[in-house]
Formats: sequence, structure tokens, C-alpha cells
Amino acid sequence: MTIPSFILKNALRNKRRATLSVLSVAVSLFLLVTLLVALRELTLPAEDAGAELRVAVRNKISIANLLPARQRATIARIPGVAAVTPFTWFGGKYKNEESMTFAQFAMDPKELRTVFGEAKMSEESYTAFEAERTACVIGKMSAEKFKLQVGDKIALESTVYPVTMEFKIVGIYSGTPDDRNMLFRQDYLDEASGIPGQVGMWWLKVKSAEEMPRVLEAINQAFENTSAEVRAETERAFQLGFISMWGNIKLLVTLISSAVVFTLLLVTASTMSMAIRERFRELAILKAIGFRRRELFAFILAESFVLAATGALVGVGGAWALFTYGNISTLTNGLFPMFEVTPKIIGIGCLVAAMLGIVASIMPSLAVARMSVVEGLKSLD
Amino acid sequence: MTANGNIVTIRNLTKLYAQGEIQVTALDNISLTIAAREFLTLMGPSGSGKSTLLHIIAGIDRPTSGECQVQGIDVAQLNESQLADWRNQNVGFVFQTFNLIPVLTAFENVELPLLLTRLGRAERRKQVELALDLVGLADRAKHLPRQLSGGQEQRVAIARALVTDPALVVADEPTGNLDSHSAQDVLKVLQALSTDAGKTVIMVTHDPKAAAFGSRSIHLEKGELTN
Repeated sequence: MTIPSFILKNALRNKRRATLSVLSVAVSLFLLVTLLVALRELTLPAEDAGAELRVAVRNKISIANLLPARQRATIARIPGVAAVTPFTWFGGKYKNEESMTFAQFAMDPKELRTVFGEAKMSEESYTAFEAERTACVIGKMSAEKFKLQVGDKIALESTVYPVTMEFKIVGIYSGTPDDRNMLFRQDYLDEASGIPGQVGMWWLKVKSAEEMPRVLEAINQAFENTSAEVRAETERAFQLGFISMWGNIKLLVTLISSAVVFTLLLVTASTMSMAIRERFRELAILKAIGFRRRELFAFILAESFVLAATGALVGVGGAWALFTYGNISTLTNGLFPMFEVTPKIIGIGCLVAAMLGIVASIMPSLAVARMSVVEGLKSLD
Repeated sequence: MTANGNIVTIRNLTKLYAQGEIQVTALDNISLTIAAREFLTLMGPSGSGKSTLLHIIAGIDRPTSGECQVQGIDVAQLNESQLADWRNQNVGFVFQTFNLIPVLTAFENVELPLLLTRLGRAERRKQVELALDLVGLADRAKHLPRQLSGGQEQRVAIARALVTDPALVVADEPTGNLDSHSAQDVLKVLQALSTDAGKTVIMVTHDPKAAAFGSRSIHLEKGELTN
């Protein structure tokens, strides 16, 4: 026998309780990891080069207020701007769906390659998108979900404009952080809706990161004191602002995570206290035959660690396996196209488990340290 | 062992307990010597202080005043850590309720005190086998405590007490939970420890038949020696 095997045998002496404890730790850590990943995915836009240089320009009053199409020429003339395209929310319902199932935006097809360069699509699709008035391209995820192919025709009833429009799919793109959107031509929307001259937003590409601050300031200044003042911001700032409209998600997730960790601590501490209380007699015997306080503390700490570490292995490992190899997009009905368990999040999960192991062992260890051998032996008789 | 052949020398030993506001005298100014290789039995009614005396000699309790020297060392002067080491090397414990670790086999229970020593695995095995052989349970080494009878469990506990080769073995009512046949077996083993293995055995008991196995018997009443 070795000290580690002695600790392991003690940890597993009540197998049902050990299993339930490990499962409670595992489920809580799984939940914690899920919350942390969800928070990360919600607050962190894709860190590709395209996103770094992309700017969103919206109406200063609200994202729902439209912008005049004439602003485009002014923006395009600002030094440092590489390309600019309208980006107008259509809000169309597909077939008999009760609500919109994928987003559609009207844009300038000639700027797709420059502004959203990470979208991968065949050359024929790019050419057809620029050439055909009713053409649209759709993200791979939505195409797969609705079994759509190049050449298919679809009709969408807008919830924004009083119109139902027909589109011909000319390309299916992939490679963007969110391969769900449908893109079609702004000139087709202008014509079909009968209200030309207005766009939802502008998206533009800046030539270099160094020029970004100056470009943002120039755009904001260009439309000051006009009937449609704008707010230009980087893609990251825009997305964070967009998320903040849902409420303080970060605070909410932090509060839930704290509650999870606290509950976890109570469960583990209670389990360890019960496990040690049951063995007060044995621990008194161990003291009598020469084990010191620090050795008994090490036993209790190690036992607590074994439970917490096994829980972490199952919970954090399970979350990693599920989110890495599972189809999260399908599981979340497309809400999260990506759900990456980063090494940092794994580290946080393991750190919480380690802290749990330490904190849960403190109270039983103090009780054992305070217990005299004679007191412990009295509980024998 | 000291030069005069005594392994335990107790002088003016007093132990007071506070029970609320009342002070209880468990041991009242006791002086006593115990010779090496002696099998001493401590007898007396419940509450007479015999277990308290045993605990102080074994270094798991401290006197209020007086001196308790075991092998020339004043046990009460040692700190907690020193006392733990001293107990591991010098005292073997046998209790009424056996107190084996239920998840460990007989072999592993006996091996437990040796985990605190610097002995290698092979040496530990040798000593454990020797101890189990001495109590006649070599063939039960792989059994868990629940697979053993009460008498066998107590003999495993004796083997655990012996395995570090201590000079002193203390036994607190070791036959209290055993039938008469098993009790006889255990008492014979304890007797042999004294006569054959050269250990000093101090045993607390209520039972005069058990006390008859000892080489000397002393009586306590209300914390005082009566003979």
C-alpha cells in the first residue's frame, strides 16, 4: 500500500456518495464552462483581419432609423476608406415560418469581396451576384438547414417593407464567423419596395488599422448637424453595443456563474464534512499511531482534490468534448455558430475545481486538527 | 528502559477535568513504576481513572501535574509533533472496538503505521507478514475486516500495534467486545508478547479472568491506587 492508494481507497469507500459528489461537481463545472463560453461567444467578434478593418456606420439616434443613400459618396471620399456598401435589414420570413429564421441584408454586390472578403464562394457566384438583379447569396448553414441549392428560387415576405420579394440563389458562401445570413442587391430592394434613397447602415473597409481612428472621426464629423447624423464604430464596438441592447449580459452571466460556484462549494464542503465526520474515530486512531495533524490535513485535502479533480475531468472534459465535436449550431438552433472551449476557459474550470478542493477541505481539517485523540476515542465507546 | 529496569515511572500524577463549572479529579497524585517486559493489568470500576492513566502513559493525553516518564522521556514535555513521532516508534495501541480501517485489508491495516517510517516496500512487507504470523493470521492477510471474526479483527489490531516493534503495548479493554473463546485467544497473544517477545503490556480490564493473564494487577478507585 502507498499513501496515494490509501487516499484513493478512502475517497471511494462510499461509492454512491462519491459518484453523486463527482456528478454534482461535474454538472456544475459543465454549466460554468458553458456560461463562460456563451459569454465569450456573445461578446467577442471574430478576430480575423477583415473584422479588424471593418466599420459599421449607423444612424446616431437608433439602429432602426434609416440613413440617406446620398451619404455614400461622402463616405467614399474620406481618405483611408477602401470600400463602402449599404447594408439594409430586410426582415423577411421564409415560407410559412412564424418569424424570421435567418437574417437578410441588401448590399452592393460589387463590394462583397472587399468589405466581407472572408466569405468564400466560387468565382461564378460572385459574377452572377453582380450581374443578376434578383440574385442572392446565402450562408452555408442556412442553405443546409433549409436544403437550398444554387439555382433555387425563394420568396421572402418582409416584416419591414410592405413587399414580398423573389430571389434566385446564385451562390452559397462559407468562412465567415456567421454563415447564416442572406445577402441580396440594394438596387433590387429599392425597386421592389418603391422607397429608394434610404439604407439601413453603411459597412465599410478601411485601408489600414492606423487609419481607423481618423476615418471614424471623419465620418462622424461629416454628417454632424445634418438630418441624419451617424455613429461610426469598429465592428467589435458595434457588436458589443448590439449585445448590450439585450441587457447587461456580462453581469447576468457573472452572477449565474458565481451562484454555480457557490452552490458547488456548499455541495463539496458538505460532502467532505460528512465523509470526515463519519471517520472521526479512524482519524483519532491514525493520530494515536503517529500520524501528525499536517499528514491528516494532507489526506483530507488530497481526498477532496480527488473528488473535485474527477468532477473537473468529467465536467470540463465533457464540455470540451461536446462543444468541440458536437454540432452546436444545430443544438442551439443556429444561435451559436461557434462554441469554442478555449484553453483559458478550461483553465478557469480547473482552477475553480482546485479552489473547491482546497476550500472544501478546510473545515473538516480544522475539526480534525482540534480533535484530541482521547476525544476521538471516546466516540468509539 | 531506564537503568533500574523500569520502563514507566510515574510520580505524583494528577489529572483534573472540567465538567462545566465542576472540576473532576480523574487521577489523584498517583505514583507508580512499571518494569520492562511486565504484563500489567489496570482494574477498577468505571470512572476510576484507569483509562486516563493508560492514555497518559501512551502519550495521547496530558497530565494536569506530575511526571510520567516512559523509557526515560517525560512524555508530557513533548510537543504534538514530537509526541506523534514518539507514539509511532514506542507505543502500540489495541482498543476495545478493534478500529481497523474497513476499506483496507488485514495486511494493509497492519502496514499503516509503517507508512510513517522510511522502510521500503519489501521491508514493510516482511514486517507485516511477521506481525500477522505472530498473531496467527498470516492466511487472512488479504481479508477485509468485515470478512473476519471479532477475535480475528482484534488479533489484526494487535499485529498493527506490534508492527513497528514498540517497547510498550497498551490495550484498553481489548476483550470487551469478544466472546470468551476469542477473548482467551487474544489474551494469550498479549501474554506471549510480554513473555516471549519482551514487550511491556499494559491492559485495562474489568474482568478478573482477563486480569489473571497479567503478571501484575493494580486497582484504581476514584483516581487513586488501592493496592
